[in-house]
Amino acid sequence: MSAHAVYVMSAYLVALVILGGLLVSSLATRNRVRRELAARGLERKK
Amino acid sequence: MSGFAALVARDLRLVWRRPGDVAVVLAFFVVATTLFPLGIGPEANVLARIAAGVLWCAALFAALLSLDRLFAADFEDGTLDLLLLAPWPLELAALAKCCAHWIVTGLPLALLAPFLGVAFGLEPGVLLALAATLLVGTPALSLIGGLAAALTLGARKSGALLALLALPLCVPTLIFGSGAVEALATGGDFGAHLAVLAALALVALATTPWAIAAALRQAGE
Amino acid sequence: MADLHFLANPARFRRFSQRVLPSLAFATVLMLAVGLYMALIQSPPDYQQGDTVRIMFVHVPSAWLAMAGYALLAGLGASLLIWRHPLAALMARASAPVGAGFCAVCLLTGALWGRPMWGAYWVWDARLTSMLLLFFLYLGHIALSRAYDEPERGDRAAAILALVGVINLPIIKFSVDWWNTLHQPASVARLGGPSIHPSILIPLLWMAATLFLLFVLLVLLRTDTEIDRRRLENAELQA
Repeated sequence: MSAHAVYVMSAYLVALVILGGLLVSSLATRNRVRRELAARGLERKK
Repeated sequence: MSGFAALVARDLRLVWRRPGDVAVVLAFFVVATTLFPLGIGPEANVLARIAAGVLWCAALFAALLSLDRLFAADFEDGTLDLLLLAPWPLELAALAKCCAHWIVTGLPLALLAPFLGVAFGLEPGVLLALAATLLVGTPALSLIGGLAAALTLGARKSGALLALLALPLCVPTLIFGSGAVEALATGGDFGAHLAVLAALALVALATTPWAIAAALRQAGE
Repeated sequence: MADLHFLANPARFRRFSQRVLPSLAFATVLMLAVGLYMALIQSPPDYQQGDTVRIMFVHVPSAWLAMAGYALLAGLGASLLIWRHPLAALMARASAPVGAGFCAVCLLTGALWGRPMWGAYWVWDARLTSMLLLFFLYLGHIALSRAYDEPERGDRAAAILALVGVINLPIIKFSVDWWNTLHQPASVARLGGPSIHPSILIPLLWMAATLFLLFVLLVLLRTDTEIDRRRLENAELQA
C-alpha cells in the first residue's frame, strides 16, 4: 500500500481496539458476574 | 385551565419570594458573555461576527443551570405526588411548570440579551432580531430542559447529567436561533429562519409535555 | 417483531443465547478473516480515493450499525414502556455501549479518512456533525440508565430518552444539514457518488454483514450478563 497506508492501518487498529475492547470487557464482566453468583451459590442451571 | 393558571401563579409566587435564584441565573448570563471578548480579544468585527452565537450559547447554558431544581423541590416535599393524584392531566401540570420557568428565565434572558449585544457592537436592527429569536426560541429550551430535569429527577449527579441529556436535543434550536440573527446581518432570509425556529418551539410544545409526564410518573412510582 | 416475543422471557432468552452464541462467534471470526482479506488485500485501490477507500469498509458499516443501534434502543424502550418486557430493559442496557462503540469507530475512522482526503482530521461536515450528536445521545442514554440507585428507574428514564431521541434525530439531522450549507460551501469529496463499483461494493457489504454479526454477538453476550447481574443485585438486596 502506498502513502496512505499509515491512515488505513491506524483506522483498522482503532476499530480493533474499540470493538476488541468491547468484546474483552464484555467477556470479563460476564466472568466476574458469574463468579460472584457462584460465590453466593446461585450458579446458573445448565 | 384554572388549575394551569393556578400552578403557574404558584411557581411564580415561589420565585417571587426568593428573587435571588433568578438574579443568579441572569448574572451568570452576563458574566459568561463578558468572558468571550476577554478570551477572544476586543476586535470589533470579530465580536460582531460571533455575537449571536455567543449570546445564544450563554442563554442556553443559563437556562440549563436553572433547570435542575425545576421538579426537585416538588419531588422532595410531596407536591409531585399530589400532582400525580390530581384529577387533571399531569401533562398540563408539566406544561405549567415549564411555562413558569420560561417566564422567570427565558423572558428575562431575551430582554437582557440586546443590552449585552450592544457591547458586541451589534446594529440596532440586529439587536431587535436577537431579542425576537430568543423570545421565540427559549420556550423550546425550557421544554426540552424540563424533560431532562424530569428524567434526571432523583439521579446521582443530576446537574451534569441534565446538561448532557438536554444539549444535543437543543442543537436545532441553537442552530436556527443564532442562524436567524446571522442571516439578518449577512442579508439572508431572517423570516424563514424565525419561522423554522417557531416551528421547532411548537413541536417541542406539542411533544415534550407527554414525555415529561411519563418521566414524572415513573419517578413517582 | 412479533416472532421475537418468545425471547421476552429471560429464561427462554438465556437458553436461546446459549445455543446461538458459540456458532455465532465461530461465524463472526470466519467472516472477519475473509472480510479483512477482501478489504485489505484483494480489493483494488479506488481511482479517486486510492488506498484510503479501505477505511470505508469499516467506516460505513459502523455508521449503519450506530444508527440501527439507536433505532434498536428506541424499539426496546417502547417495548419496555408499553408491554413492560423485563428483557427489553436489560437488552437496552446491554446494547447502548455497543452502539456507542460502533459510533466511536465511525467517527475515528472517518477522521483518519478525512486527513489524507480532505487535509484535516475533522471538518464540520453535516454527516460528521450529526454522527457526533448521535454519539452524545448514546452517552446520555448510557449515563442516564446507570444514574439511579434502583436500576429499574434508570431503565425507564433511559427508555423515554431513547424514544425522544429517535423522534429528534431527523430534526437534528435536518438542522445540521441546514447549518452546514449556511456556513460551508460544500466542496468536499463524497464517497461513491451515483454508483459504487462491485469491486468496492462486495467487500463493503461483506464487512457490513461481519460487523452486524459482531454487533448481535456483543448484544447477546452482554444481555446474558445483565440477566446474571440483575439476579446478583436482587440477591444482594435480599441478603
